[in-house]
Amino acid sequence: MALTNKTIQEKLQEKFGEQVYAFEEPYGLLTFVADKDINLKVLYFLHQDEELNFVFLTDLCGVHYPNNKGKELGVVYHLHNLEQNIRVRMKVFTDVEKPEVFTATGIFMAANWMERETFDFFGINFLGHPNMKRILNVEEMDYSPLRKEFPVEDQSRVDKDDEMFGRDVIRAF
Amino acid sequence: MSNKVSETQSNINLPVGSIEKTTTTINFGPIHPATHGVMQNIMELDGEKVVSAEQTIGYIHRAFEKIAERRPLYQITPLTDRLNYCSAPINNMGWHLTCEKLLGIKTPKRVDYLRIIIMELARIADHLICNSIMGNDAGGTTGFLYVMQFREDIYEIWEEVCGSRLTTNIGRIGGFERDFNDIAFRKLDKFLIEYPKCLAEFETLFTRNRIFMDRTKGIGGISAERALNYGFTGPNLRAAGVDYDVRAVDPYCSYEEFEFDVPVGTTGDVYDRFLVRNEEMKQSMRIIRQALEKLGNLKGEEATKYHADTPEYYLPPKDKVYTKIEELIWHFKIVMGESEIPAGEVYNAVEGGNGELGFYLISDGGRTPYRLHFRRPCFIFYQAFEELVKGSMISDVVMTMASLNLIAGEMDA
Repeated sequence: MALTNKTIQEKLQEKFGEQVYAFEEPYGLLTFVADKDINLKVLYFLHQDEELNFVFLTDLCGVHYPNNKGKELGVVYHLHNLEQNIRVRMKVFTDVEKPEVFTATGIFMAANWMERETFDFFGINFLGHPNMKRILNVEEMDYSPLRKEFPVEDQSRVDKDDEMFGRDVIRAF
Repeated sequence: MSNKVSETQSNINLPVGSIEKTTTTINFGPIHPATHGVMQNIMELDGEKVVSAEQTIGYIHRAFEKIAERRPLYQITPLTDRLNYCSAPINNMGWHLTCEKLLGIKTPKRVDYLRIIIMELARIADHLICNSIMGNDAGGTTGFLYVMQFREDIYEIWEEVCGSRLTTNIGRIGGFERDFNDIAFRKLDKFLIEYPKCLAEFETLFTRNRIFMDRTKGIGGISAERALNYGFTGPNLRAAGVDYDVRAVDPYCSYEEFEFDVPVGTTGDVYDRFLVRNEEMKQSMRIIRQALEKLGNLKGEEATKYHADTPEYYLPPKDKVYTKIEELIWHFKIVMGESEIPAGEVYNAVEGGNGELGFYLISDGGRTPYRLHFRRPCFIFYQAFEELVKGSMISDVVMTMASLNLIAGEMDA
């Protein structure tokens, strides 16, 4: 039986109830949000369940929404079921004051460096990670460069404000 | 690691405790001819055996993901060039396809076929470098020099198409900036006739070469299950026996119309990776021949159209910019980066030289991406390096490193 987004959603909701939510399908890819406390349980379920069989962690990255109070930092997982060729995207959100998410290295070895990269750029601390240190930036760095409070452009420039980039809301920077 | 040599075991009479450390720590890189790029490996050796290896990367990190957050879509293409610079056009096309997916642009058939030609040439350029470097590291420079001429030929074809060679910035969102000229097609035909001969010669030099086989067989192997767990993709995963190829399972750019085989290995060792890459070059040429045939079969408007009708993102021809007001407006809007991107999030993957090259783009409706993440295959499978080389000799480390096709630019983004 071919696996569809609908069956995946039903299985997840049946297993985790209210803790998985915000299901949507942008460009056909099933996306949902899980509570950050159960991220490992969901990943393990997706990996181990015989029907779901998401054995491949395609991608893991961070994202920062400064205006999303209490859930500023997100971790996005892309999983792939290679046999049925279906992908799923899972997000967990955490507080910027205490950015802590459980590590997925126990399930996917591939998560090791990707989590280090996310730690490096967003300062998200992956609890239980075997080697939680910076990977691309220098170790002496004491900030998280991909967070939105750090602008790319020199702030003395007035010709490139947010309005130029089509955004009315002036964000943290 | 340290162990004391007890008096009863030792042949030489040394005072007890005088030999504390029995391993040597060496630095492999960042500047070392065998790393083929700036990356560092700190290895602990017991004699010539590797006990542990720790990788340090990030020497050419250029913060592309951050820079991309302040650039309109078309200005991000040159950033993607610099990921895997051995096959820059695949990265360019992957980025264009991602944008087109987000914007909902449908490209004409001719664009798809031309893109496939460019991408497969890039794959050949990528694999021939990797395989010949592998031969070079095993001590045979001849093969490396033989095939290098054909990389030059490929670069010349790109030069005819877009004007540049290594970091190509080839194509635009919706198609190509200009049509292919006759010289490009003539050079392509010449390449398709001459390269198979060279490849055959290259294979006679290495494939059944006793020395090369001894150096590569059973070295740096990985099981299919471990490779999947480590996130391997591309030739390195296929060498381990998993037939996962993005072109076959998730066809983009009309790949579904083409006939090609996905070669797989069995043991995932250095030799299998070499064989898989060699076979993929042949399959790439098969795809290019089919694409040329399909191009010849196109009729009417389809046969000449080299870009989609997307005035918001595709620069109008210059003569119209100077004479027509509408084109002038579009030109300004595009160049100043004032084209709005619809809100949404999209993940798009193409089969790069090293495997699944993914682009994860989040747009909040502004003129630049809100967040852009590159899934770089190199970065992901290099973390398995310690497992691949543990217990092997230091000369095998060099071979394993060459066979993984580690590109520092892709690793560090």
